[in-house]
Amino acid sequence: MTASTQLLAPGSSSTGPRTEGKAHPAGAIRPDPRLYQIFALSSLLLYGLVRLNFQIAIGEILIILTFSLSTQYLCTKLWRLPRFDPLSAMISALSLILLLRTNSLALMALAAMITISSKFLLRWRDKHIFNPTNFGLVIMIVATPAVWVSPSQWGTATYFAFLLICLGGLVVNRAARSDVTYAFLFFYVAILFGRALWLGDPFSIPLRQLQSGAFLIFTFFMISDPRTTPDSRAGRILFAASVAIGAGFVQFVLYRTNALLWSLAIVALTTPLIDLLLPGSRYRWLSSLQPHRPVRSEGAAS
Amino acid sequence: MKKCFLAFAVAFLTLPASHLMAFCGFYVAKADTKLYNKASQVAIVRSGDRTVMTMANDFEGDPKEFAIVIPVPTVLQKGQIHIADKALLDHLDNYSSPRLVEYTDDNPCQRRYLEEAMAAPMAMQKSDAAARRRADSLGVKIEARYTVGEYDILILSAKQSSGLETWLVESGYRIPAGASSVLDSYVKQGMKFFVAKVNLQEQSKLGFKYLRPISVAYTSAKFMLPIRLGTVNSKGTQELFIYAITPKGRVETTNYRTVKLPSNVDVPVFVKDQFGQFYKAMFNRQVIRENMKVVFLEYAWNMASCDPCSAEPLSQAELRELGAFWLGDNQNLYGGQQAFLTRLHVRYDGPHFPEDLFFQETGDSESFQARYVMHHPWTGDDSCREADNYRAALPGRRETEALNLANITGWNVNDIRRNMGINRTATVTPPAAKATPPPADEKSWWDKIWHR
Repeated sequence: MTASTQLLAPGSSSTGPRTEGKAHPAGAIRPDPRLYQIFALSSLLLYGLVRLNFQIAIGEILIILTFSLSTQYLCTKLWRLPRFDPLSAMISALSLILLLRTNSLALMALAAMITISSKFLLRWRDKHIFNPTNFGLVIMIVATPAVWVSPSQWGTATYFAFLLICLGGLVVNRAARSDVTYAFLFFYVAILFGRALWLGDPFSIPLRQLQSGAFLIFTFFMISDPRTTPDSRAGRILFAASVAIGAGFVQFVLYRTNALLWSLAIVALTTPLIDLLLPGSRYRWLSSLQPHRPVRSEGAAS
Repeated sequence: MKKCFLAFAVAFLTLPASHLMAFCGFYVAKADTKLYNKASQVAIVRSGDRTVMTMANDFEGDPKEFAIVIPVPTVLQKGQIHIADKALLDHLDNYSSPRLVEYTDDNPCQRRYLEEAMAAPMAMQKSDAAARRRADSLGVKIEARYTVGEYDILILSAKQSSGLETWLVESGYRIPAGASSVLDSYVKQGMKFFVAKVNLQEQSKLGFKYLRPISVAYTSAKFMLPIRLGTVNSKGTQELFIYAITPKGRVETTNYRTVKLPSNVDVPVFVKDQFGQFYKAMFNRQVIRENMKVVFLEYAWNMASCDPCSAEPLSQAELRELGAFWLGDNQNLYGGQQAFLTRLHVRYDGPHFPEDLFFQETGDSESFQARYVMHHPWTGDDSCREADNYRAALPGRRETEALNLANITGWNVNDIRRNMGINRTATVTPPAAKATPPPADEKSWWDKIWHR
C-alpha cells in the first residue's frame, strides 16, 4: 500500500485494497477513501440543511460529533489500540446526524455512544456483527418512542437522487466490496418493480420509492460497510438478497416503517453463519511497502 | 339513475417554536377548511394498530347521487361503523386552523415590559339472494350489509377487480375510466371495499339536511389513507385535511415529505381584513415551491392546551367520540393520558401523488402552529429619544412586513406597499385602522368508544 495508507489506523475497516482486490501501484498517492465518504455525507447534510430545512440544530450536530469521537477515543484507550482514528467515527456520526431524529440532546448523545461502542463490544471473529449506525438507530427506536427516523424527509427530487448516486458511486468505486451494493440494488429494485408489475401499479410508484435519500444512504453508506458483510462474494450476494427480501417483507407484509434498517439488523446476525458456509478471504491490508499485518480493526465504514 | 362514483379522496396524516413570546398575541382570524370548495376532511385516531377513521366531505348534490367506495384493510362488523357528528370535525378544524394574531406596540417612552394580550376564543334494488348470487358469479363476495344511520353500507371483498368493477357498474355505480387498475391493485393487496350510499327513507326519518361523517374502527398494521381512487378521474387538484390524533406525538407521512408551513411571520396589518385570501395565496405559493410533492404541517399540539386558542380544545368526550379509546372516561387531559393533534393539509392529484399516503407517529411532541403576526404601530405623540428611535425604525419594519408578505404569498410587493399606504418619500404613515391501550376484554374496543 502507499505511504498515505500509513495514516490509517491499523486495520481500519475502511475500504482499501484487500487480498482479492487490486493493489495500488507502489508509490502512488491515494487518499483515505473514508475522506470521500465524509465529504459525501457532509454534502448531503449541507444540502439537507440549506434546501430541505432539516430540523437539526448546530448544537445537535455538535453533540453527536463530540460523543461519537470521544467514545471512539475512550474505546481506543480501553482496547489499547495503537492509534486514535477519528475517520470511521466521523462517518458513523454523520450518518446518525442524517437519520436520527429526537428532541432530546441526551438521547442523541446516548445514540452516539451506543453506535460507536457497538463496534468494540459486539464482535465475532474479528468482525463487527452490526453496522454501527444501523445498530445505534435500531436500538434507540426499540428502546424509546422519543427517537424516530423520518424516511421521507429527503423528498424525491430527481436531481437530488442523481447527485446522491454520483456521490455514493464515487465512494463505492473507491471502496472495496461494492458487489454487495450492486447486488442489493439489483434485488431490491427487482422486488419493487416486480411488485408493481404484479399489482398493475404504474412504475411511478416504485420509482418514487427508489428516489428516497434514505434508501440511497442505506445502499451506498450502510450496507456496503466492509466490516460487517460476509467474506466471500457468494456470501455477500446471499447477504444482499436476504436484506432486500427482508426489507420487502417488513414494508409490504408487516407494513412497518424503516424496513431497510430492521432488515439489515436482523440479517447481520446471520453473517457468521454465512461465513461458515461460504468462507472467503479475510479482510486485511496489502502493502507493497510493508509486510502484511493482521487486522485489528476498530473502525467501520459507517 | 346512476350514482355518482365519489371515490373518497382520502386516506391519512414538528417542530418546536423557538420564539416563546411569539406564541402569545391576540387571536383575530383563522383560515379554516371552508375556504375551499372541494375539501375532504379526515380524522384518523390511532394508537398501536387500532385506528378510528372519520371521513367527511362537502358533498352538496342530491343525496341519491351520493356513493363512496373506500378501500379498508379488514372486513368491518356493524359495530365498527359509526355515524359521527359533523360538529366534531368542525371543532377540530376551528381549533387547529392557521391563525392571525395581532399586537399593538407600546409607548416606547414608557419603559415597561410588554403585556401580552391573551386570546379570547372566537369564537340496493335487487333482492338480497339474487344480488349475492350475481356477486358470487363475479367473484365478488358481499361480506356484510348494514344500514347505519342514513347510510346503506356494503363490505365487499373480491377475487379480481374486473368482477368487482362489473358488479359496481351493474349495481348502479358510475366507475371512472382508469379505476380498474387501481381497484386491481387494492384487491391484490387484500383490501376490502367499504361501499356506502344514502338510504333516503332513513335520511328523511332522521331529518338531517346534510350527510354526516362516517367513522370506521379497525385493527390493522396499515397506517395509511387510500387516495388513489379519488385521483383517477378527478379534474384538477383536491384539497385534503387530515387530523391525526395519537397518544404521543406528531404524525408525518413516510412516503411523502412533510413540510411545515411558514409560520410566525410578521405581516402588514391590512392582512386582517383578507386573512382568507392571504392564507390561500400563501398555501398556493408553498405548493408551487415544493412542486406539489409534499404534505404540509399546519398544526401540531398536545390537546391539553392551545396558545392562542382559535377554539377551545376538544373535550375528553369529544375525543373519545372521535375514537381516542385510550383516554379514560373521567381523566382529564392534564393527567397521564394524552391526545396529540396533527393537522396536515395536502393538495394532490394523480401525477404528483401516485401512491396512497402512509404515516408514522413520531416522538416529536413539540408544538407548532401556522401563525401570522401583525403589529399595530404606536401612534402617540410623546417625545423622547426612544420615541424618535422607534419612529425612525418604523419604515424599515413596515418594508420588511411588505417583503415578507410578498415572499410567502407571491403577491406583488408594490401592490402590497400601496395597500399599506407606504409612500416611498414619507417617513411614517400611521396605519389604518402516553398512554397504553386498555387490555382487551369481553367488549370490543370500538364498542366501548361509542358506549354500546
